[in-house]
Amino acid sequence: MTQVKMTVNGKPASGDVEGRTLLVQFLREDLGLTGTHVGCDTSQCGACVVHVNGQAVKACTMLAIEAEGAEVATIEGQAAADGTLNTIQQAFQDHHGLQCGFCTPGMVMSAAALLKDNPKPTVAEVRHYLDGNICRCTGYHNIVKAIMAASGQDVAAIAAE
Amino acid sequence: MYNFDVERPATIAQAVKALSTEEAQPMSGGQTLIPTLKARLAMPSVLVSLSGIDEMKGVRKNDDGLLCIGGGTTHTTVATEAAAHYPGLAELAARIGDPAVRNRGTLGGSIANNDPSACYPAAVLGSGATVVTNSREIAADDYFLGMFETALHEGELVTEVKFPIPQASHYEKHLQPASRFPLVAVFVAKFEEGVRVAVTGASESGVFRWTEAEEALSGSFKSDTLKDLTLDGSGMISDLHGSGAYRAHLATVMTRRAVDAISD
Ligand SMILES: Cc1cc2nc3c(=O)[nH]c(=O)nc-3n(C[C@H](O)[C@H](O)[C@H](O)COP(=O)(O)OP(=O)(O)OC[C@H]3O[C@@H](n4cnc5c(N)ncnc54)[C@H](O)[C@@H]3O)c2cc1C
Ligand code: FES
Ligand code: FES
Repeated sequence: MTQVKMTVNGKPASGDVEGRTLLVQFLREDLGLTGTHVGCDTSQCGACVVHVNGQAVKACTMLAIEAEGAEVATIEGQAAADGTLNTIQQAFQDHHGLQCGFCTPGMVMSAAALLKDNPKPTVAEVRHYLDGNICRCTGYHNIVKAIMAASGQDVAAIAAE
Repeated sequence: MYNFDVERPATIAQAVKALSTEEAQPMSGGQTLIPTLKARLAMPSVLVSLSGIDEMKGVRKNDDGLLCIGGGTTHTTVATEAAAHYPGLAELAARIGDPAVRNRGTLGGSIANNDPSACYPAAVLGSGATVVTNSREIAADDYFLGMFETALHEGELVTEVKFPIPQASHYEKHLQPASRFPLVAVFVAKFEEGVRVAVTGASESGVFRWTEAEEALSGSFKSDTLKDLTLDGSGMISDLHGSGAYRAHLATVMTRRAVDAISD
C-alpha cells in the first residue's frame, strides 16, 4: 500500500491505495464521493469524468497514485455549500437535461471543462466535446440545450430544431 | 486487474533503470494500457509511470526546422501547441478519441502501441518523421513493423518524435463511431521533394505507405490523378465494421478527399 495525498474539491484528502487502485475507486470507496459514476469501466461512457488539475479525465482510466499532489474536482464540489446548484447544474434542471441521471455527473463535469476553455461554444462544438459522454436516456438534445443555456446563449432556436 | 507496484521516475534515466527488470512495463497516459490491464491481457508486476518525466514533454522547433514533440506529450498539448507550426498534425491530435482521452493519452504511448487503427502512426509515417528513443533514432519507415509491432526493444522508450514540416498536409478520418478510432484514415503530406501518403485502419500489417499514390501525386497534386488507382482488398482487415474490400476502397476515397482538402 502507498499513501496518496491530493486535494479534492478544495479539501485535503489522503488514503492508502494499491498500485492498481483507480482514481474513481479512491473517490467512491475511500472518500465516499459516490457522485462520480462508473458506467462502463472501459473508458467509453464518460460517467466517471472528473477534473484533475483543471482537465477533464476519465477517473476509471487513471490510477489513484497518478493523482498524487493533484487538484481533483468532482460533481460533489459543483454546488455551493448550502446546496445551491451551479449554473450548469441549474441549466440541466431547467432544460430537462437528464432523465435517469446516471450520465449527469460526467456530463456536468465535461460541460464545465468545455465552458472554461470555450465560454460561448456553438452547438456543433458542444456536441463534438461530448463525444466521450454517453447518455442512454435523453437523446442528447436537452443536454446540449442546457449547456448552451449555461453559457448564457439564447436557446429558443434550439427548441425549434 | 492484478495488482502491481507503481514507480514514478522523474527522469528518462531513472525510468530506463526501473524498466531493466523483466516484469516491468512503462505506462504513459494509460488510455490503452489500463483497459488492457483490466482485461488481464498484460500482467506487469511493476508499472513505470512516465507521466512525471518533464524532459519527455513539450513541443518545440529545433535548429533544423524539425518539430520535436516529447513522447510524453498529450494529444491535447499537441493539438494546441503544434497548431502554429504543423496544422495538419495538430488537427489529427485534436480529433483523437474524446477530450478526456486526449488529456491523458500521449504521442509516445500511441506509437509504441501501434494499434492498426491508431491516428498518430499515419502522421509519423506520412511525415517521414524520426522516432527518438533513449538509445537511438529510428526512421519512421523502419519503425512500424506490423500490427502492434514496432522496432522498439524491450524496455526501450520513445522519448521524442522529430517531424519534418510539410508545405501542406491533411488527415482524413472516417470515424468508427463506437470506438471513435478511425475505421480508415489517410494522412497526406506534401513536401518540396514529393508527396507521402500513409494509410491507417486498413491493413492487417498496420499503417502503410501507398506508394503508387505518392508517385502519382508527386507528379501532379490533384485528386483526379488518383482516379484509376486502386488498393488490393486482400491483406486488409475484415471485421463486422467492414470487409477488406470496403476498407481498401475507403482508403482511396479518404486519400482523394485529403488531396482535395489541401488543394482547395
Ligand atoms: C475511448 C477512446 C478513444 C480513442 N480514440 C483514439 C483515436 O481516435 N485515435 C487514436 O489514435 N487513438 C485513440 N485512442 C487511444 C489513445 O490515443 C491512447 O492514448 C494511445 O493509444 C496510447 O497512449 P497512452 O499514452 O495512453 O499509452 P499507454 O496506454 O500508457 O501505453 C500504451 C502502450 O505503450 C507502451 N508505452 C507507453 N509509453 C511509451 C513510451 N514512451 N515508450 C515506449 N513504450 C511506451 C505501454 O507500455 C503500453 O504497452 C482512444 C482511446 C480511448 C480510450
Ligand atoms: S466509467 Fe469511465 S468512461 Fe465509463
Ligand atoms: S440521463 Fe440516463 S443516461 Fe443520461
